[in-house]
Amino acid sequence: MPAAPLIEFRGVTKRFPGVIANDQVDLRIHAGEVHVLLGENGAGKSTLIGMLSGLQQPDEGDILLEGATVKLTSPKRALRSGIGTVFQHGMLVPTLTVAQNLSLGNPWWRFRREGDIAHRFEALCADFGVRIDPHAITGELSLGEQQQVEIFRALLRGSRVLVLDEATSMLTPQGVEELGALMRELAKRLLAVILITHKLREAFDFGDRISILRHGRKVAELGPEQLRETDEHKLHQLVVRSMFGGAGGAPHIRRADATGERRPVLTVRGLSVDGGGDGRVAEVSFEVAAGEILGIAGIDGNGQKQLAEALAGQRRAAAGEILLDGRPIASLDVGARRRLGLRYVTDDRLGEGTVGAFPVSTNLLLKEIGTAPFWEGGIERPARIREHARALIEEFDVRTPGPDTPIARLSGGNIQKAVLARELFGGARVVIYNKPTYGLDVHNIASARRRLSEAADAGVATILISTDLDEILELSDRIAVMSGGRVVGIIANDGDARTLVGEMMAGEMTGEERAGEAA
Amino acid sequence: MDMILSQSFLTSLVVGLVMAGVPLLLAGLGEQISEKAGVLNIGIEGMMLIGAYAGFLGAWQTGSLWVGFLYGIGGGMAVALLMAVLCVRIGLSQIVIGIGLTLGAEGLTALLHHVQFSRSYPRLPGVETWAVPGLSALPVVGPGLFDRHPMVYLAIALAVILSMLYRKTHLGLTLQAAGDKPAALDGAGVDVLRTRFAAVLCTGALAGLGGAFMSEVGAGLFIPFMTNGAGFIGIVLAMLARGRPLWVLAGAALFGACLSMTTALQVAGINIPTDVIQMLPFAAVMAVLVIFGRRASLPAALGLPYVRGAR
Repeated sequence: MPAAPLIEFRGVTKRFPGVIANDQVDLRIHAGEVHVLLGENGAGKSTLIGMLSGLQQPDEGDILLEGATVKLTSPKRALRSGIGTVFQHGMLVPTLTVAQNLSLGNPWWRFRREGDIAHRFEALCADFGVRIDPHAITGELSLGEQQQVEIFRALLRGSRVLVLDEATSMLTPQGVEELGALMRELAKRLLAVILITHKLREAFDFGDRISILRHGRKVAELGPEQLRETDEHKLHQLVVRSMFGGAGGAPHIRRADATGERRPVLTVRGLSVDGGGDGRVAEVSFEVAAGEILGIAGIDGNGQKQLAEALAGQRRAAAGEILLDGRPIASLDVGARRRLGLRYVTDDRLGEGTVGAFPVSTNLLLKEIGTAPFWEGGIERPARIREHARALIEEFDVRTPGPDTPIARLSGGNIQKAVLARELFGGARVVIYNKPTYGLDVHNIASARRRLSEAADAGVATILISTDLDEILELSDRIAVMSGGRVVGIIANDGDARTLVGEMMAGEMTGEERAGEAA
Repeated sequence: MDMILSQSFLTSLVVGLVMAGVPLLLAGLGEQISEKAGVLNIGIEGMMLIGAYAGFLGAWQTGSLWVGFLYGIGGGMAVALLMAVLCVRIGLSQIVIGIGLTLGAEGLTALLHHVQFSRSYPRLPGVETWAVPGLSALPVVGPGLFDRHPMVYLAIALAVILSMLYRKTHLGLTLQAAGDKPAALDGAGVDVLRTRFAAVLCTGALAGLGGAFMSEVGAGLFIPFMTNGAGFIGIVLAMLARGRPLWVLAGAALFGACLSMTTALQVAGINIPTDVIQMLPFAAVMAVLVIFGRRASLPAALGLPYVRGAR
């Protein structure tokens, strides 16, 4: 291992209005290493990458390239300094061919010579044992292939440092494996690879060195020796503690076995929904009592969303009864059901759950617009709306610069907190959660689950729809399994629930789906 | 029907087609550059109008059409500069600014013309043509197409040249990247704002030239509001041509033919109300949009200001 680092961050600080994104970060990137930057959403990984790729400049501190200070004032400068960045969302023009994309950046008056670049690209592909047609339209390649194109493009431009920003998040499990192999090859050729991720598994699988960021600070670094010599379980604990400050998210097991005695709050009898194609619901019946969590397990697309929307009133039921406290509500609309205490936390929190351009405060009242005391006689009362927002932001720990910030500017975890705050506030009796932790990082997953079970402890009848079996097993009192629009069984969540649920789910599972689920 | 097919009718039809088609061609080619780069240039109508006035003024003062064309190019670029600063640099709404510039140009040229010439409409001296040896002797197309002012040939050549530039050089790729995925272009080390800025200026130059052609060669005088929607037809042409200059040429010929019908039919003495005839080009626009509109594929980032680092 060479002594002098290829890239070094010395006391780099970057501030945004109201936030310190990076605080005195020291970082050394060595050639021949895959350096993993690990941290939850909002830990400051993206800002660090932004500075490395020339999109942002540090407010304090220096970036050194082979021991000499460099100012990476533009992406062009960064490229010239040998730093190639592969962004999470792809930086290829989808309508051009691979070769055309590779030749972007030449002066406009030059004649195109895609033949040359195509040959060099093919040679490089062959060198790494990858096959990509340089004349294919880029938008028609898989995301994994597009990413490989971007990596090779960086190499063709002479990059010695490759920054892969959340590179694995859009890939299939197989794509992740391929990327891992490619990264190892790159490191073998003495390039420096920086992989940004929030997944522990990938950090351990691919990293030669792991730096952990938390709240903008680097809180730990694990070198190759430590990674090799420390026992995996210990390492895991160490990393989790660094990432989350001790709150490792120990499984919260509910032991609510007295639920059988309680009167059901929500009763569903023979509910059917025409899904038009695949997503139908057929004759579903169940009950949920106050304080009980009914988990609904199943592979995605087996009618869970249709069921949730039918219960919430967003979709018409073809047949069957829905009773809330014994009162039929199947004919009521969404607003009326909501006023009776039936709440729905959608799985589409950006599209359906919030209006991105609206401030957090309005989003917290999105389903109450026009009602007193926040609107009186059609007149908005901004002070009350803001006051209400402040209280909920405080109570639900929504990290936002303020109640007037457009909600789209928040991270996914904080948007979900705001959605939960809205749905749990004021007289919730039944809450339907559809994949409440989907797409969140570990820390926010733990906090959302805690919130959910606290609400249930306070007496909310809870329906938890999830494709994550661990989540269902951790939280539920009883578990229903959906398959092909039917509930194929409801069991108590006790010792052998995992096996039973797994078997019920597997009854309809093909090998391919199982592989997908395992990921 | 004999009248319609008569040589004089056909000749006047071709003459009208060329005279009406050249401004559309220049506008369409110009708009195409902006649109490729991701800027929806609705101000093009205003750029043409300013170009028409500046071109007329230049030719009238100096007696040279070529100086007039330079004035026209300058006028169009001046409006484009304003648009580029507001929409590309500052990132304001391209639609609002574009409409504003068009309305502003209409008012400004009408005002200037009124102040300078009051109610008179001075005419420029007749246009010298340059006959293409040999071809100009052909019936109908000879006098109609090959015995015209050299700017006609230059405009057609420009379509061919642009087509080659797009295909052979990095120009097309650079523009397309700026319109389809500006962040990718930025990542490749090309300044997106500068690319778009230059594209808008080019649009202004071509639109101004088109306007100058209208006033200097087409009409021989300036009349307020004389562009009469030509810039907007240029926008339609650019959208339908999907980035191909030769399609703009074909489209300009089609719409030019429709426009020239209005005069040609009157020359032929056909007894149709002129109001109906004058509707033709716009009916054609709608018909073409209905037939081909679905296939128009616009750049993904068209109309969106580029801000580095934003998602």
